[in-house]
Amino acid sequence: MIDIAAALLIIAGLGFFLAGSIGLLRLPDLYSRLHALTKADNLGLGLLAAGLALHAQDLLVTLKLLLVWLAVLAASAASAHLIAQHARRRETGS
Amino acid sequence: MAELLSIALGGLMLSLFLGLLRVFHGPADGDRMLATQLIGTTGVGMLLLLGVLPGQQALLDVALILALLAGVAAAAFTGKPAGAHRD
Repeated sequence: MIDIAAALLIIAGLGFFLAGSIGLLRLPDLYSRLHALTKADNLGLGLLAAGLALHAQDLLVTLKLLLVWLAVLAASAASAHLIAQHARRRETGS
Repeated sequence: MAELLSIALGGLMLSLFLGLLRVFHGPADGDRMLATQLIGTTGVGMLLLLGVLPGQQALLDVALILALLAGVAAAAFTGKPAGAHRD
């Protein structure tokens, strides 16, 4: 039962990763690519980490996976903001 | 479960490859930076997948370091003075 839940979470995370990278390739401009990328970063890695935590069934491993996810969340939010601001500044020419 | 982990690793590698295509095509610096962000996160995901295998727990620490350093690249990229892009 737990194995099935873990497998479903991992597959869902993988789906978000693939959707994110296809979006990064297919979407027309930087801002919409940013939108696709943050889905892969936040939700994809989150679901993957949740599935792996269920699979590992170990408190230390689970805490570490949580920590990795939180670090990626912070980094992804900060860099998405910085890159969007940078692109906007170049666009408006200031 | 081992098969699923292998399949997931393969899927993440495919995602990494698609990100590399975006790095190759550009067109702007910002797009390439976005793609490197995706590649970094995908690398973290792969390390997490490998890190839950028995006896490979050190890889979780590697993933943690990569995750902590992920924001630095974007900060360095946007911190460049304007006009220093083409050289």
